[in-house]
Amino acid sequence: MSAALLQRLLLPAAVLGLLYALMGVYASGQTLLAAMLLAVGALAIWTYSSPRTGALRYLFPGVAAALVFVVFPMLYTFGLGFSNYSARNLLDFERARAYLLEERIREQGSEREFSLHREGDGLRLLLTGAAGELLTPRFRPDAEHPQDLTLVAAGETLAAPLAMAERVALLPALRVLRLRDAAGQVYTLSSLREFAQSRPLYVEAADGVLTDQLSGTRYQPDAGEGFYTSASGEQLQPGYRVNVGWRHYARVFTEPRFRAPFLSVFVWTVVFAGMTVLLTTALGLLLAVLLNWESLEARAAYRLVLFLPYAVPGFISTLVFKGLFNQNLGEINLILHGLFGVRPAWFSDPLLAKCMLLIVNLWLGFPYMMVLCTGMIKAIPADLYEASAVAGAGPWANFKLITMPLILKPLTPLLISAFAFNFNNFVLISLLTGGRPDQLDTSLPAGTTDILVSYTWRIAFQDSGQQFGLASAISTLIFLIVAAITLVQMRMTRLDQDHKR
Amino acid sequence: MAIVQSKSQRWRKLAAHLFLLTLCAAVVFPFLVVLSVSLRPGNFASGSLIPQTLSLEHWRYVLGLPYAGPDGRLLEPDLPVLRWLWNSIKVATISGLVTLLFSTTAAYALARMRFAGRRALLTALMLMQMFPAVLALVAIYAIFDRLGSVAPWLGLNTHASLVLAYSGGIAMHVWTLKGYYDTLPQEVEEAARVDGASVWQTFWRVLLPMALPILAVVFLLAFIGAIIEYPVASVLLTQQDQLTLAVGAKLFVHEHNFHWGDFAAAAILSGLPITAVFLLAQRWLIAGLAAGGVKG
Repeated sequence: MSAALLQRLLLPAAVLGLLYALMGVYASGQTLLAAMLLAVGALAIWTYSSPRTGALRYLFPGVAAALVFVVFPMLYTFGLGFSNYSARNLLDFERARAYLLEERIREQGSEREFSLHREGDGLRLLLTGAAGELLTPRFRPDAEHPQDLTLVAAGETLAAPLAMAERVALLPALRVLRLRDAAGQVYTLSSLREFAQSRPLYVEAADGVLTDQLSGTRYQPDAGEGFYTSASGEQLQPGYRVNVGWRHYARVFTEPRFRAPFLSVFVWTVVFAGMTVLLTTALGLLLAVLLNWESLEARAAYRLVLFLPYAVPGFISTLVFKGLFNQNLGEINLILHGLFGVRPAWFSDPLLAKCMLLIVNLWLGFPYMMVLCTGMIKAIPADLYEASAVAGAGPWANFKLITMPLILKPLTPLLISAFAFNFNNFVLISLLTGGRPDQLDTSLPAGTTDILVSYTWRIAFQDSGQQFGLASAISTLIFLIVAAITLVQMRMTRLDQDHKR
Repeated sequence: MAIVQSKSQRWRKLAAHLFLLTLCAAVVFPFLVVLSVSLRPGNFASGSLIPQTLSLEHWRYVLGLPYAGPDGRLLEPDLPVLRWLWNSIKVATISGLVTLLFSTTAAYALARMRFAGRRALLTALMLMQMFPAVLALVAIYAIFDRLGSVAPWLGLNTHASLVLAYSGGIAMHVWTLKGYYDTLPQEVEEAARVDGASVWQTFWRVLLPMALPILAVVFLLAFIGAIIEYPVASVLLTQQDQLTLAVGAKLFVHEHNFHWGDFAAAAILSGLPITAVFLLAQRWLIAGLAAGGVKG
């Protein structure tokens, strides 16, 4: 098949496929994602159909993936930070409204007992009561799809009714049935034994106000809060998603019960990342210098063993340490108890928990620094050390005057990226302490060992409120902090490049 | 190097050996404990490092075989460890391949072609790499939650969603590949061009075969990265059958439900292959890591 013909067939197929996918995404309510996909898809079709797109043909797959899966979630997070998206405001307005209008109240005195009868490969339902017996047409039980059935007066002979156990098994399918009698009254399942008439709990007026049929209370949709609210301030569940502007940011910075934990978490994040970088670099550098000492025996063996923590998957070694540090059963406390007679409470004392995190992170992180420093020391010309030996310098002078100054410069950007990495070291915190022990008297659960990302994660996924909007706002703040770190790093890297060239 | 050695040399060497040996002990200790715990009977047994009685109950547990419980009855394992291992390998292999597919061509364009915005694109990729997916967790969750309501095979608790979420993280790999392409001689490609090869042919037939070693390294890096990834997987996957090992392993060491022995066996079973791969490939991997970033 000629390339031209292939293209003529492929292009329309690609366009159709794209439009189909777009409709699906749009239908799911992801307007923003649909727009993003439309842009990326159009770019794709243009790239591969126009003859003059050279480099873009090769760049496109990677760039598109980065746009859709990195840039888009970033923008989306930013957007969510301005919404009240949470467990209480999960739905959009239309779905919340539909949900409320579906709510029904049972009419007192309309209950009718029922029995189930098998007929052919289907079922029939018989409602009994003072006003006569009503019968449904034959139906197939299906819990997934709601069915509307019309009731008729009973007059036929039916098979024997099903036993209670079978009826219980069919409950999910019965729950979605809506039975309509000749007068247009609707019966739905109201208990294990009864069907009853019901009517909508809320009635919507032309201006969108919902009126409660039982109490007569009027609920006005409140676009600022995302709830149907009564005059006395009562809110109907579920709420819906609305834009709340800068409220989350204002809370973080002004509400004292909010600001205090946020600040302490922030300070610990900086201390944690800073101390980790400091400790791992110090140990890594020391080891690199030692293992570069040519008259030391068995250097290769030491290097291999000391490299091990880096080679083992982090999630495994972190969980191993969780076991080792366990207060009553862990090996570390067994040894400490045997030697000194103490059993430190690593997980319930805030200070000890922080020390434990630093110890474990030092264990996990020093091999990386060791490898980096080894590489950099190797790059230092050997004649510098020969000259210093002639001048009678000892190892300490060598380190202070030659090694240190020469590797500090190339090491700095790597230290900054290590800082940025540990600033967001979610895996360690989440697997080892989960942020615990918790701080007391905070309006959101905040742990004494939580760093900003794990704190955000708790707000979003662990707290029963599931405050996605608030979590996104804090995520955005972390974005900004990391961006600032990145800018500093880029500035430093550039300085470094200028120096080399 | 100094030829005359000072008298303090011996003492300094001894001190260095002592220090290094202590550190090695600290490094090896956790591994020995885990090995020992996995062979001890019972989940709470604490004892000497060398187990007095050997028991394979934890190994039978993680391999999905019935094992003898504390009261002697045969019990069925309740956590599907092998299944998780398979899930991890599946997700990591696919996302490694997808990553490779996306990043090789992009790196080729960045290394060999000159176009407007090239430098800006390289900087943008560097910037993207600085933003970890942890920060976009809420967005990732919300997006796949919504997508799942239209296309269930792409929603929460599917491996497709996980592969997609991982496939965007190509920035580091593009940089690694570009660095390698830069070291390959351009003359071979130019010769092919003179002989009438198209751009695609020079890429596919000339450059890629030369770049095979780095392709293997990038695949391995992406593979390992996906195996050890925890945050995104923990948010997207919640059904027990669908978990990856990184998420599932956590279920063993709950605060009040501490399956130390079972976890130890699972950790060795799953950690050993990854560690072996890492150690075997470390010579090449370290170059890529040093160029790319920090371990997760």
